[in-house]
Amino acid sequence: MDAKLQPAVDALTGRLNVEPVEFRDQVSLLVQPDQIVSAAQILRDEFQFDMLTFLTAVDYWPELAPRFHIVYMLYSVPHNANLSLRVPLEGNAPHLPTLEGVYPNANWYEREVWDMFGVRFDGHSDLRRILMPADWQGHPLRKDYPLGYEEVQFTFNAEEIDLRKPYARE
Amino acid sequence: MTEQNEILLDELKHLVSERALTGETMLLNMGPQHPSTHGVLRLLLELDGEIVVNCIPDIGFLHTGIEKNMEAKTYQKAEVMTDRMDYLNTVGNNLVYCLAVEKLVDLDVPPRAQTIRVLLTELTRIASHLLWMGTSALDLAAMSVFLYAMREREMILDILEMVSGARMMTTYIRPGGLWRDVPVEFEEAVANFINILPGRLDEYESLLTTNALFLERTEGIGVITTQQCIQWGITGPVLRATGLPYDLRKARPYSGYEQYDFDIPTATGGDIYSRYRVRVAEVRQSLRIVRQALDRLPYGPVRSNNRKFVPPPRSELSTSMEAVIQHFKLWTEGFPAPKGSVYAAIESPRGELGFLIEGNGGSRPQRVFYRGPTFANLQIMPLLSKGHFVADLVGIIGSIDIVLGDCDR
Repeated sequence: MDAKLQPAVDALTGRLNVEPVEFRDQVSLLVQPDQIVSAAQILRDEFQFDMLTFLTAVDYWPELAPRFHIVYMLYSVPHNANLSLRVPLEGNAPHLPTLEGVYPNANWYEREVWDMFGVRFDGHSDLRRILMPADWQGHPLRKDYPLGYEEVQFTFNAEEIDLRKPYARE
Repeated sequence: MTEQNEILLDELKHLVSERALTGETMLLNMGPQHPSTHGVLRLLLELDGEIVVNCIPDIGFLHTGIEKNMEAKTYQKAEVMTDRMDYLNTVGNNLVYCLAVEKLVDLDVPPRAQTIRVLLTELTRIASHLLWMGTSALDLAAMSVFLYAMREREMILDILEMVSGARMMTTYIRPGGLWRDVPVEFEEAVANFINILPGRLDEYESLLTTNALFLERTEGIGVITTQQCIQWGITGPVLRATGLPYDLRKARPYSGYEQYDFDIPTATGGDIYSRYRVRVAEVRQSLRIVRQALDRLPYGPVRSNNRKFVPPPRSELSTSMEAVIQHFKLWTEGFPAPKGSVYAAIESPRGELGFLIEGNGGSRPQRVFYRGPTFANLQIMPLLSKGHFVADLVGIIGSIDIVLGDCDR
């Protein structure tokens, strides 16, 4: 592990319920959903992880425990080090606290995760869809959302095709 | 089956101030079909006379579900779609995707391929900055720069066509190296280009850098501080224009950038003009890198010899049974990648551009996430535009250098 990350990882494993994972020289910490805000706060205030590079999710369907991982990539400008946090979430309609209070740019990324994966962020100031149209049904990046091709709908066959698309009128 | 989602006006009321509800300020829609939004960006503006009170970006008009599509394709085939994301930095997108895949499967790249990768990525950076220079000056009514800048950009596109057969969507960089070696006339074309551009760049600068009208429209407009940039995850020229020399080519070098001698230009104003100065200086630094890469271009293979991941040369297919089998397996099944997630990032013309790829043991990724700089940088639009005129908004959008394909994916 990178020597610059060691103190931060040690402090977090000592104070919170986290578990470090290393893959290809990249360190991730598995954090429980209720502790994510305090973990981020400790990393930002005490270890200068001052930038949230991105935030996204991974879907492991058909597994349900955990079904999702929320991935946070933190960057420290003074230390030039990357550290990622992963939050496992169970079930089909998961929710976790928002990180907007710690990193303001989590706003759009959390909206994207809600839009694409249907994960709710409690306390988010503006949890609307961001990439898909506002009246869209379903969350496209979920693994149980079919990729499939789109049949072109004309006036004469629009309803007939709608019937074959359960996800369009769920 | 439930009914169609309905959007209620009440759900959107929190976006605007109280004054908008009483009609004291005006709500104005800008885009998505507006020439100065550089694509299909829609802005909802709240105006007090001509002053912007609030600016709410609405993105997603160019969303094509590329990430979802990539999950259904093998690692080699998914690469074709990376070009279509940030369509002004196509070679850079290929590079960062390949870096991530190479990190995931632990694959080495020969030195000649590394050098050509750097050379082409820097040329693409120059092309992107030239297009930016032309279009953002055009937004501020300086028309001639646009025509000149496009002329030089065309020379770069010709070089890309020479090596890959396509002007923009090259897919030239492949996991483990390159598609094939560059043609013999390549070195002469690049040498010719880097001899011509510095003089031309001086000409463009003489049109803008000290132009009183340009200064009037750019100085002190859309100011942001280093602290705000870090807080909002802003990278690239916008961050460097506030004085912080943060560049991934120096901070976390990839593809052998540590061997090249170049500087990171910065400015201190944090306004549109500083961003302009930083980008112009960056073009000159990129030229330095291209020159060095051209001088040191080593001989040797351009593809890794690891047949598990890289197809055999075409010439072997008619003589070797193993080569046929390897080729067939690679293009039907693809190669398996281990479980685990990697993140690789490069410095694109707009900022940090990264791929998070998660393998699941099979030949298709579990998840591909594209960290585009535009998505991150566009989020500060309200911050930059508050208190400025609507006419300045156009300059501010141009100065962030947005590419909606990069933002919406």
